[in-house]
Amino acid sequence: MSASDQASGQFSGQLSGAEIVLRALKDQGVDVIFGYPGGAVLPIYDALFQQNAIRHILVRHEQAAVHAAEGYARSTGKVGVVLVTSGPGATNAVTGLVDALMDSIPVVCLTGQVPTHLIGNDAFQEADTTGITRPATKHNYLVKNVADVGRVVHEAFYVARSGRPGPVVIDLPKDVLINKGRYEGRPEAPHRSYRPVTEPDPAAIAKAVAMMKAAKRPVIYAGGGVINSGPEASRLLTELVHLTGFPCTNTLMGLGAFPASDRQFLGMLGMHGTYEANLAMHGCDVMVNIGARFDDRVTGRLRDFSPNSLKIHADIDPSSINKNVRVDCAIIGDAARVLSALIAAWKADGTRPDTGALAAWWRQIDLWRARDCLRFRQATDAGAIIKPQYAIQRLYERALALGKDTFITTEVGQHQMWAAQYWKFERPNRWMTSGGLGTMGYGLPAAMGVQIAHPEALVIDIAGEASILMNIQEMSTLAQYRLPVKVFILNNEYMGMVRQWQELLHGGRYSESYSAALPDFVKLAESFHAVGLRATKVGELDDVIEEMLAVDRPVIADISVDPKENCFPMIPSGAAHNEMILGPDDAAPQGAAGPGVTEEGMVLV
Amino acid sequence: MTDTTTRQAVIAVLVENEAGVLARVIGLFSGRGYNIDSLTVAPVDETKNLSRITIVTSGTAMVIEQIKAQLDRLVPVHKVADLTLEGPHIAREMAMIKVAGTGERRVEALRIADAFRARVVDATTESFVFEMTGATDKLDAFVNLMRPLGLVEVSRTGVAAIARGPRGI
Repeated sequence: MSASDQASGQFSGQLSGAEIVLRALKDQGVDVIFGYPGGAVLPIYDALFQQNAIRHILVRHEQAAVHAAEGYARSTGKVGVVLVTSGPGATNAVTGLVDALMDSIPVVCLTGQVPTHLIGNDAFQEADTTGITRPATKHNYLVKNVADVGRVVHEAFYVARSGRPGPVVIDLPKDVLINKGRYEGRPEAPHRSYRPVTEPDPAAIAKAVAMMKAAKRPVIYAGGGVINSGPEASRLLTELVHLTGFPCTNTLMGLGAFPASDRQFLGMLGMHGTYEANLAMHGCDVMVNIGARFDDRVTGRLRDFSPNSLKIHADIDPSSINKNVRVDCAIIGDAARVLSALIAAWKADGTRPDTGALAAWWRQIDLWRARDCLRFRQATDAGAIIKPQYAIQRLYERALALGKDTFITTEVGQHQMWAAQYWKFERPNRWMTSGGLGTMGYGLPAAMGVQIAHPEALVIDIAGEASILMNIQEMSTLAQYRLPVKVFILNNEYMGMVRQWQELLHGGRYSESYSAALPDFVKLAESFHAVGLRATKVGELDDVIEEMLAVDRPVIADISVDPKENCFPMIPSGAAHNEMILGPDDAAPQGAAGPGVTEEGMVLV
Repeated sequence: MTDTTTRQAVIAVLVENEAGVLARVIGLFSGRGYNIDSLTVAPVDETKNLSRITIVTSGTAMVIEQIKAQLDRLVPVHKVADLTLEGPHIAREMAMIKVAGTGERRVEALRIADAFRARVVDATTESFVFEMTGATDKLDAFVNLMRPLGLVEVSRTGVAAIARGPRGI
């Protein structure tokens, strides 16, 4: 207990609003918060100074504080906590909040606010934070009375982590932080109105199992909901997949929910998913969606999405059901409970699945697999230009050989998709990426949050040279807290995904997508007290990777890669799964019509 | 695959009576591009601190389901009921209609008001304010009849609705 705690406690049992905030955070098990001070939150910073239970990580931009909290949350399963000041502190945090909202990451963000009597007066650093963040959060609060502070903080944590997780903002006017009140501890009563259903309806489970038992060409499609449910859900997913013998594909957010090395894993699906995953989705007769939301990057053209399948959709958020794709069996519940109920019902149901049909389905899938859609050609002479896929593959192999627990974050673009394709995630919570919002600048601060949570782990931000500049200031935070995050830049001197779309869809007019006037990333690293490394040809790549992994300091490795490389396979926006474009190295005959050609007749069962 | 026929739905939403709750509901509709044909709100239970919002909206069956699911996941929402689907209900609104005129038009306005069971709540020698409660289309019909008779302005409450029978939502 701090000195001021004792002083105020001795006489009256009264604490300041700021002290109540910290007491409530501590009671919620918070050990670290990411923040940036300012006038309106000075009372909280003063209270922070007088205690040791909660560690504060000083970021260099409020957006980064939220991404760091996201990285922390997604890699630990705990709620990430952010503390920013009023006005620009809050508005800078908005991108991070929407990112957390889209990807269902539990975050509590405390924002300072001008004193209650100045609200609405256009005071210095005033912004209508609850108004601005209303569509950017799962829920938000403006606390106008110190008596409500403790209750609201506890409620915010409950809302952030319950049901479909998400970000919650608590706006705290400065006078509320200074005024004295009592702290009542964690409330016992359940929330008055928000009580999401987590236990699945047995009738829905029975219906789903009957559909699964009758399936001839099934596929399990698992998403971020499995990760959010906790590691037990991933274990149960693996058990269900093995029990049924079904193929399994993961969304971008679901990578790690099912082990990538497993024979039954088809890889990621969607716009840059594998050939086998997308064609299995297209050709299946029963689809089992666990904790994924039929995102447009996954479904492609809706009208042609998996046209001949019965669809089962398990989600904790009822609004995800029938939002994009009409399903035949809806299960509302937490992924772990749904999976464990499906396993129990599958075992209890005496119906024998059609193993002959399943074997034929697997033979078809193996044919698709044999296309080896992620193949690329890397010239092997030492002076050859590095293919980005090869850089990730080598990094993966060297990190695997190192044997350390490894966490990958990414920025957004081609490098992100290559990381998703070539990194083999065996366990959940090891993959942090901005899926829904697609926020460039996410990866470095997220890596920071991961490294704070896992000081001994290997944390790598696989980045592009354009994205990394969006939150490059966080190199300073890495230096301050001696966080040995590795930034692995696939430098193709382009906003690669923009360039790729311009090549494929806009006649090769590379409007504003060239990364001109780039910094010298080696010198930049050094100026931030980090190690800077560079590889410009294949012969240098392994040494740079080895050195990067060996150094116990933050590193920026600037890897010059082939600027013309595109990310394949690709389902062009608005196309169907069976209209995938494969890479130039694809050996099998493609249709004469070029990109977007339908291969339905050739490949479907 | 998708049914494109639209229907109108009267949705009753029981919410915590707190600051910002109406903004959440309206923001949900504007942010996701749903229609609001009518929206009313008032506190209905002081001890439980509840307000009731009645929303009249329209869309395909899939959109209406989506609207209800989206409303239901708002944190301060206690209950969402689709009165259109869940059996018979009564939907009423109240309007005050100001009509100015003299002579024959004035007499005609008063006669029609009587036929519609509208009450005169304010009168001058050259104007009336009629108060009228009823279904939306009845109010529409009355307002349209008043148009050529010197309609000045209309103030309407929007629809309040409740299910028939002994049970609450």
